[in-house]
Amino acid sequence: MARMTMIEALRSAMDVKLADDPSVIVFGEDVGYFGGVFRCTAGLQAAYGEERVFDTPINESAIVGMAVGMAAQGMRPCVEIQFADYVFPAYDQISQEAARLRHRSNGQFTCPLVVRMPTGGGIFGGQTHSQSPEALFTHVAGLKVVIPSNPYDAKGLLIAAIEDPDPVIFLEPKRLYNGPFNGDHSGKSTPWSAHPAGEVPEGHYAIPLGKAELRRAGRDVTVLAYGTMVHVAEAAVAEAGVDAEIIDLRSLLPLDLDTIRASVEKTGRCVVVHEATRTSGFGGELIAEVQEACFWHLRAPLIRIAGWDAPYPHAQEWDYFPSPARIARALRKVMEE
Amino acid sequence: MAARKAPEKSNVSKDDLLKYYREMLLIRRFEEKAGQLYGMGLIGGFCHLYIGQEAVVVGLEACTKDGDKRLTSYRDHGHMLACGMNANGVMAELTGREGGYSKGKGGSMHMFSKEKHFYGGHGIVGAQVPLGAGLAMSDWYRGNDNVTFTYFGDGAANQGQVYESYNMAELWKLPVIFVIENNGYAMGTSMKRSTKSVSFFGRGAAYGIQGEQVDGMDVLAVKAAGEKAVAHCRAGKGPYILEMMTYRYRGHSMSDPAKYRTREEVEKIKQEKDCIEHVRDLLTQGGLASEDELKAIDKDIKDIVNASAEFAKDSPEPALSELWTDIYA
Repeated sequence: MARMTMIEALRSAMDVKLADDPSVIVFGEDVGYFGGVFRCTAGLQAAYGEERVFDTPINESAIVGMAVGMAAQGMRPCVEIQFADYVFPAYDQISQEAARLRHRSNGQFTCPLVVRMPTGGGIFGGQTHSQSPEALFTHVAGLKVVIPSNPYDAKGLLIAAIEDPDPVIFLEPKRLYNGPFNGDHSGKSTPWSAHPAGEVPEGHYAIPLGKAELRRAGRDVTVLAYGTMVHVAEAAVAEAGVDAEIIDLRSLLPLDLDTIRASVEKTGRCVVVHEATRTSGFGGELIAEVQEACFWHLRAPLIRIAGWDAPYPHAQEWDYFPSPARIARALRKVMEE
Repeated sequence: MAARKAPEKSNVSKDDLLKYYREMLLIRRFEEKAGQLYGMGLIGGFCHLYIGQEAVVVGLEACTKDGDKRLTSYRDHGHMLACGMNANGVMAELTGREGGYSKGKGGSMHMFSKEKHFYGGHGIVGAQVPLGAGLAMSDWYRGNDNVTFTYFGDGAANQGQVYESYNMAELWKLPVIFVIENNGYAMGTSMKRSTKSVSFFGRGAAYGIQGEQVDGMDVLAVKAAGEKAVAHCRAGKGPYILEMMTYRYRGHSMSDPAKYRTREEVEKIKQEKDCIEHVRDLLTQGGLASEDELKAIDKDIKDIVNASAEFAKDSPEPALSELWTDIYA
């Protein structure tokens, strides 16, 4: 089987869909000729032409707005927002047009649209190139929100997202583009070629949206994570020496509550991890869901480990970014109960 | 107050004039009825009436062919009636009933018709403009010669998304007609208090987009300009801007006290520029139609509008389960 980075896996997903469905088109800032700031679309314009893979002006609002118009006519646009931090001008189009077209037209018009964007920190991007805005999208009924943690999932989920009849926000953890990242910023980075999830089939396969994946089975505590934090949580579990079960959510909306519930009912403990700012982050939602579904099985208070309630820092990135040590402390703490 | 000017002789056929008269009158009577139902508490929330602006949408609809698309802002009832959507379904959406075009999920500002290629009333000022460019892009991609009429007001014309759309539309030569319905007031803010430019269509020049200002109270002038714009788009020459100088007689919405303009200003336009009276004069003074013929149309329209009001009152409330339908596939 081929070995791919997450970038190559995402490109392969778009390649597969461009080849098998003429209604799929790919566009965004620097996406065509240049091949994308992270190279995710490199070569696609040469393969499929300027009518199907093209550059746009730097106008996030109109990029998504035009895509909504195209999707309403049955096309399947897959657009790139260059960084998740740039999506805010398009938030109006995403939350009020794309997400709600189906409902307010009573199902007459739909919006099969994918908005891809690199998300999260770990690359010294500072305030405007490191944010994790997932909770702004999980708060909007009508959207689906997906975030893969490895190349195999990235390709299967992106194909599923392009084939989905509803708008999908597809968050790509940019720190994982070239290799898994366990939170050890001073250590040597591993490439995806050395990781089992770097094995990616060349052709078509889809991973259903709304299904979490068990990354590590365990008896004592459930760790809910997504994106880069899946790998950081794995390192934290090793450091803490607890028998933790790690669930990679993959889809935040719809959320695989069945898998979460089954795990927490077994372990009785739960730690939630994300990079995004703590207050009103998606972790709050996860904790509320777990509490409602599993209250009588809980043996310890739920804990969330998240980015601090501060603007994403530059110099102090590693004080902000949830480290394996912080997560390990939380794991030990829930085990004291 | 100045009297209405005698209409210039027109070489438009009687049938066409009667059609315009009928379509504009339908919108006006429908909107008057909607205003009444609002006053009676049968329509709740927001309701933006199109009264005064009827010539714009009727004149432009006369330039369309099958497959052409249209979308607009929240002042959308007139656009729906003009493109042939059923008055019953529109009125029942206003009253929030099962029989409405969106089964009551949308309300006054949010209705659609796949059959009539009406891509919505949109409640966010200017948000429909890039969508219109996207609709045009799909037609371009599919290689047909359909055009998309993207309507927005003078208020929306100051939104950034409009200019993002202009640039892309001209860059890719998209078949979209940007129709600015300039009724002089962005809610309660007059153009002179919000806008430095003397015109809106002229801003297209910065993007290389042709455009013109049109007397939007004269359906024949609208139709003539529309034909020109449509021919431009169908020939693959890219977008076109029509700035329709028009006027709304009622407030921005039902709750607008209209303190930002004088009663005299409104009365003067009604007396001198009314689009329906203009066509009525052309028909009667030109000897093309008798009072009896026009009265028969008036009665017919009244019946349609009354029936829509009855339908909208009698149609059942949507089932509670509709809250959960059509959110996802």
